[in-house]
Amino acid sequence: MSTAPTTIFSPATAARFDRLVTLYPVKRSALVPMLLYAQDEVGYISDAVVAEVAHRIGITELDVRNVLSYYSMLRTKPAGKYNVQVCTNISCMLCNGYGILEHCKKRLGIGHKETTPDGLFSLEEVECIGACCWAPAVQINYDFYDELTPEKMDQILDNYKAGRGKETV
Amino acid sequence: MPRLVSHPDEVRIISRRFGKGATDIDKYIELDGYKAVKLAIEKGADWIINEMKVSGLRGRGGAGFPTGLKWSFVPKQSDRPKYVLVNGDESEPATCKDHLIFLHDPHAMIEGTMIAGLAIGSKMGFIYLRGEYRYLLKIMEKAVADAYAKGFLGKNIFGSGIDFDIVTQTGAGAYEVGEESALMESLEGKRGVPRIKPPFPAVVGLYGGPTVINNAETIASVPHILLMGGEAYAKAGSERNGGTRLFGISGHVNNPGVYELPMGYNLKKAIYEIGGGVRGGRNLKAVVPGGSSTPVLLPNEIDVGLDFDQMGKAGSMLGSGGIVVIDDQTCMVEFALRTIAFYQHESCGWCIPCREGTDWLKKTIGRVHAGGGLDKDLDNIRYLAENMLGHTFCPLGDAAAMPTIGFIKKFRHEFEDHLNGKPCPYAHKEEPALV
Repeated sequence: MSTAPTTIFSPATAARFDRLVTLYPVKRSALVPMLLYAQDEVGYISDAVVAEVAHRIGITELDVRNVLSYYSMLRTKPAGKYNVQVCTNISCMLCNGYGILEHCKKRLGIGHKETTPDGLFSLEEVECIGACCWAPAVQINYDFYDELTPEKMDQILDNYKAGRGKETV
Repeated sequence: MPRLVSHPDEVRIISRRFGKGATDIDKYIELDGYKAVKLAIEKGADWIINEMKVSGLRGRGGAGFPTGLKWSFVPKQSDRPKYVLVNGDESEPATCKDHLIFLHDPHAMIEGTMIAGLAIGSKMGFIYLRGEYRYLLKIMEKAVADAYAKGFLGKNIFGSGIDFDIVTQTGAGAYEVGEESALMESLEGKRGVPRIKPPFPAVVGLYGGPTVINNAETIASVPHILLMGGEAYAKAGSERNGGTRLFGISGHVNNPGVYELPMGYNLKKAIYEIGGGVRGGRNLKAVVPGGSSTPVLLPNEIDVGLDFDQMGKAGSMLGSGGIVVIDDQTCMVEFALRTIAFYQHESCGWCIPCREGTDWLKKTIGRVHAGGGLDKDLDNIRYLAENMLGHTFCPLGDAAAMPTIGFIKKFRHEFEDHLNGKPCPYAHKEEPALV
């Protein structure tokens, strides 16, 4: 499909999606990456995202929902502007990953999968993010922060709060 | 940015370009880049597969299947297009080696994919990264675009008359997608549930075509093997375990990091000399030697060579090469609980023994740890885990059961302590920060 005149996405994202569906032997292969890019732009997989993605790929909305419910990074509700994902899996656990999680909970005043009232931060305890040798590690949106201490974590959160953090990709 | 480490015992083959700016295509070429693929074109498919067989390279994802043999299973003639699929869905807890290859040597991944394509007669490769690795996808995307711009990818590669395309792609958070057939489902835009085997991917794989699927580190090793020769690569390792691999040492060690060591390197030496020993002068309690799915080893069991065969004999597995060092201040019931909680979360739900087994194991170990366990729980944990083994489409069920059996066998006394009303002495809330 060419750029839909009624697209809900920015011109750049719509152009990316136009190209994505041409890369594979079947259009449907673009589904998982398309959902992730859509989420990056919209903030979550809204009903409108599901509808447009289904239309672009030529499958039903039910097909899209069936796939999106499988992948843990895809969400159907908004998160904070900065989604703080704290790894507590084994390597991080041994290096105070739970301490970092508790620290973030106290500091942000929210729990797992909750968002601060100003919508700036959300917090998630996540499974292994592939930074085991540099534990404990956290991902904020797509950016990795490793070898953390509570003090270092504070600095990072301060930076984001002051608008000096990295934006969503 | 992940910190790079080094040690004199390292043999740098896959990691030789780390930290040298090889993400830049011209720098990569200067460092012998894209020489191996030219050699592969000149010598042909049979030569490539033979070199791979001679090299003794075994799959670095964890199963350890000989790569050359895997490639030789792909039929020469096929009505359907053949594909190369690179598995960079690195998600096994304690494993972060592919992370560094994508970060420092993306063109090696491209070159390895091209060579695999030449070996099996494929015109298209996919490099699939886990969704969390977005910044690494960007590095890969740039590398692929640069390779196209130089004419290394696309039509008539290096004047050979052969076309080859590469598509990069990410998942969106699913450990199960690291299993080869689930990965193909995900790449086809579906839920990542496994397929029954046979047929194996070499015969019926992606889009129904013959497919070679290899771990990212396996693929990145390929150009080096062709350049140094299969025999020289084999000699770098141990018997029937060719070459080197990236070992990640994490947990309670003084010098955690990813080190490239010869296959067969002694595990005890890896922990004490390379990893610098246990942090804070504490004693070693246990080692998980190859990612969270490998059975735990006790301190008196670690004088063993790090290769697929020796680790098997020692009652564990080499797995993904992620060595987790655990000190004497760690509650092993809590460690077992965190491990099974992961597999319960990641079980795709397709096979009942895995879906229900991981859930009941988590509940049972959870209540033992919380202090509300029953005497029969300990036998039930073992019974449940043993009945998951081999009863699922894919190895996730085994990956959850094997470490659980290890913990209950080797640390039964700690489970019993919890049953006997002794509070968990090392609950993380009271634990002083180790960092």
